[in-house]
Amino acid sequence: MATIARIDIDETGPVRAVQGFLKTLLARGGVDAVLTPAHLVPAGTVMPTLISDPEALERADPLSPAFPLNAARLVSRLTRGSTSGRHVAAVLRPCEIRAFIELVKLNQGGLDNVLLIGLDCPGAMTNADFRVFGLEGDPLERTREFLRAVAGGESRPGGRSLAGACRVCEHPAPEGADLILGLHGADLDRAIPVLGNTARGEGVLTRLGLPDAPGAPGRREALDALTARNTAARDAMFEATAARTASLAGLAEYLSGCVNCYNCRVACPVCYCKECVFLTDVFDYKPDQYLGWARKRGAIKLPADTVFFHLTRLAHMSTACVGCGQCSNACPNDVPVMELFRTVAERTQGAFGYQPGRSPDEAPPMTVFREDEFSEMTGEAH
Amino acid sequence: MSQFEPTIVAFVCNWCTYTAADLAGTSRMLQPYNVKLIRMMCTGMVDPKYIIRALLSGADAVLVSGCHPGDCHYINGNYKARRRVKLLQEMLAQFGIDQRRLKLTWIGASEGNDFARTVAELVEEIRALGPNEARAVATL
Ligand code: SF4
Ligand code: SF4
Ligand code: FES
Repeated sequence: MATIARIDIDETGPVRAVQGFLKTLLARGGVDAVLTPAHLVPAGTVMPTLISDPEALERADPLSPAFPLNAARLVSRLTRGSTSGRHVAAVLRPCEIRAFIELVKLNQGGLDNVLLIGLDCPGAMTNADFRVFGLEGDPLERTREFLRAVAGGESRPGGRSLAGACRVCEHPAPEGADLILGLHGADLDRAIPVLGNTARGEGVLTRLGLPDAPGAPGRREALDALTARNTAARDAMFEATAARTASLAGLAEYLSGCVNCYNCRVACPVCYCKECVFLTDVFDYKPDQYLGWARKRGAIKLPADTVFFHLTRLAHMSTACVGCGQCSNACPNDVPVMELFRTVAERTQGAFGYQPGRSPDEAPPMTVFREDEFSEMTGEAH
Repeated sequence: MSQFEPTIVAFVCNWCTYTAADLAGTSRMLQPYNVKLIRMMCTGMVDPKYIIRALLSGADAVLVSGCHPGDCHYINGNYKARRRVKLLQEMLAQFGIDQRRLKLTWIGASEGNDFARTVAELVEEIRALGPNEARAVATL
């Protein structure tokens, strides 16, 4: 049976309690630093912050609805090729862990010197919504208010919808984490269960000397209910998006606001190429090319290659899309990028029976093959 | 009304299908002129973006054709190509691009007949299917 401990919550609330847990981790957990979302000093929004001074943990707030970026790429930086023997703990949302595991498979990160602490994810706000909601008053109070509203089942916690990606997220538990902060179903006036989820996690948990918990009462039920609700919303989203993009004309209209700024690509944690082909001169055309197209078709929209860019990106990374929604969060023109990528990813991941981030041992589909597969494509008998 | 003449872009492997196409030509087999051949060193080199580019530019179909299983000069490029074509078929189908518009075949160097027949059949199939929608969309 997995080890379960608990973080007791007093009147100062759940965020302070989690800060206390992270302090204990720094003191006794064998880690040299903690990567966690924290309120910036002297002021500003919430950003992933690498903290080694326990005092600085006073600003840590991994429960905040802020989700300015998917931190998988940052964890890559902290782990890839590390030889110093120094360890970090990273407090992450489930989609950040899944993206990080995808990067590990591509040798862009390593699991050796990192302890993954996963949140049972209460969801996040878009950057635009968080700016309105989270930056006024006592920031920790805002987080508490948000958590209360989520726990109470409010569909608009803090008067804002959760980000679209979070509303359709069918993986709200951090399956790949070493330690899980079991928020789902927890009574946030009393305690948060901490679940050891791997051998490494169990080992660390034993060292911390936290009080034992009898289990995580209500967690399974809360998680199942949330997963069912989000899965239903996801399927409705798939259907609506598929209908809107069922033809090339539909897709062109869907993407018509795109200005090829590539923010979505930069924000995507699993867009893994070191140099994007769209930043090279491969598709830099000569002036005559544009004029030729215009003459041939009567008119061409500029910038050209917006649909082409998205299709190419889909071909590269849709099998690895973890549904974090940062592409949509980053788009200056509100193109619903996440919806499109998830809808196509459902097909491409399904074709290869692949679930990104499920396990570091599953090879990305385009890196392997079997001799005896898809033989119907060429009509060969094997 | 003149009949619709499909344009087909074929990415063919130098070691097998290209040679087969050459053979079909030198043997004076009758072939439709709809196919634009692009010679690659291996189907494993056919980057998905060039297939997408061809289809968005108005090609009515793309053919990828390489060595039979076991015959690839780079050991397994053809198997990798098969996964990529599968991925693209799956992806493009979402946008109403019929999977028949992206075809994968294995045609060996001595199979000039096979090449001529495959191409002729593909042209007929695509003629029946009609033009690729991309020809009519100006904002791709
Ligand atoms: S495509 Fe969008 S939703 Fe998918 S992993 Fe990238 S940023 Fe996240
Ligand atoms: S962020 Fe939006 S506008 Fe920029 S490239 Fe992506 S979809 Fe286009
Ligand atoms: S060499 Fe012909 S397909 Fe690889």
